[in-house]
Amino acid sequence: MADKVLMKGNEAIAEAAIIAGCRHYFGYPITPQTEIAAYMAKQMPKIGGTFLQAESEIAAINMVYGVSSAGKRVMTSSSSPGISLKGEGISYLAGADLPALIVNAQRGGPGLGGIQPSQSDYFQATRGGGHGDYHLIVLTPASVQEMAELTIKGFELADKYRMPAMILADGTIGQMMEPVSFDFEVAPQIEKPWATTGTKMERKHNIVNSLYLDPATLEVKNIERYERYKIVEENETMYEEYMADDADIVLAAFGIAARVAKSAVNEARKQGIKAGLIRPITVWPFPKAPFKKAVEHCKAIISVELSMGQMIEDVKLASEMKVPVTLTSRVGGMIPTPNQILEDIKKAAEGGR
Amino acid sequence: MMTQYLFAGFGGQGILFAGKLLAYKGLTEEKNVSWLPSYGPEMRGGTANCSVIISDDPVGAPIVLNPDVLIAMNLPSLDKYEDDVVPGGTIIVDSSLIEREVKRTDVKVVYIPATKMASDNGLDGLANMIICGKLMEMAGEYNEETIEKALAKCISARHADLLEYNRKALKMGKEF
Repeated sequence: MADKVLMKGNEAIAEAAIIAGCRHYFGYPITPQTEIAAYMAKQMPKIGGTFLQAESEIAAINMVYGVSSAGKRVMTSSSSPGISLKGEGISYLAGADLPALIVNAQRGGPGLGGIQPSQSDYFQATRGGGHGDYHLIVLTPASVQEMAELTIKGFELADKYRMPAMILADGTIGQMMEPVSFDFEVAPQIEKPWATTGTKMERKHNIVNSLYLDPATLEVKNIERYERYKIVEENETMYEEYMADDADIVLAAFGIAARVAKSAVNEARKQGIKAGLIRPITVWPFPKAPFKKAVEHCKAIISVELSMGQMIEDVKLASEMKVPVTLTSRVGGMIPTPNQILEDIKKAAEGGR
Repeated sequence: MMTQYLFAGFGGQGILFAGKLLAYKGLTEEKNVSWLPSYGPEMRGGTANCSVIISDDPVGAPIVLNPDVLIAMNLPSLDKYEDDVVPGGTIIVDSSLIEREVKRTDVKVVYIPATKMASDNGLDGLANMIICGKLMEMAGEYNEETIEKALAKCISARHADLLEYNRKALKMGKEF
């Protein structure tokens, strides 16, 4: 424990990014993620890095495109409305097969919405968010420690598969302080022979581009990219199971909702109801396997979300609707209480829904 | 064993700092801890509050809805959170700023004129630490060694001159 410090989730992301070798950060302020930018503004000049507050979110994401093209680890962060603005740039990154880390500390929407925590950008994050056929690797931390660990993981996966990765957090995880240890191994960065770093007259030009006017070529590009996505789905899906093995009622929740859900599971078990939790850590790729397994023994699944019901669609697909799947949620910046979830667990256990 | 604290008052009273000290003390004692502030417009001159959980087991939901201990440093906070305290819980009231009494009869109440005590003793702005001292003493957890470690984490070397004042305020609360 001695090496642990108390840190806000947002700060943990920034520190972990620096440990991962990220030396370029571009962003534009927005609550509730501004601590990331503040931390970078303080630290980057000390370590020869670049912190730049761009004139807009759109400018920031295009700066990310530039640095990534040159083969360097780079990140940006924002909150919901700001991520929408970055949407075009994110699609360009995906179309040019560029790695990058994008952090979304979600707040209530749509529109300007509010500044309190939310998970209502799930569709945007897991279905791409911008135009065209593409995916991001989407990681959902549920603790400050995971904010740090998944940031490192995000950079590594983005480089490995040449695609943008997103930390899909929320206002609560970003603002809360918990003990965090940065005592972890970081793999050496992989070579990027595709980067536009100058030919030194020794090789052919590298071109980073997302424009393919010949439809046959563009089709091949898309199909190749989806071959790569298939490998990501096979190898990089992450989840946690909590008392799910023998559960009659299985909760599905990620991020802050999973924290509350875990409290509800503990309370339900105390009252003699066999409840459990499946917590997706990657929401793209979505962990289908634990749900396939769960429907063999559970009576119902409850998707616990800070949205009007977004992840529930993936839960229904993964469980093939073999048991009833219902939603427990609060929205607009509100957070469900363990009691609210417990009541729904009880109803489901009685088969009353 | 898990204790949920809710610190509430005006911005500027050191609500978040008091919570942070308690959390760091818990961390030093190898407990699981979480600290969650209110943020956004609330912070800007209005009410400030923070949830702190200190627990032997991993912390689930970090949001404190029903505190075991409520620290109310102004009237709006007492009005807002009094009913949320668990039966048998504790409410600590800064009685130099809150004139009314606690209505609940099923909780333990401590009235401590922390803000007045602070200003009478040249410790302006440290009512938060006076209350923290009282809080730790009541829980039987006033441990000078871990408090010292926590203070060292919360007060940067640049402000080391403030350490002594904080120690003094904590002690004053303990002895109240």
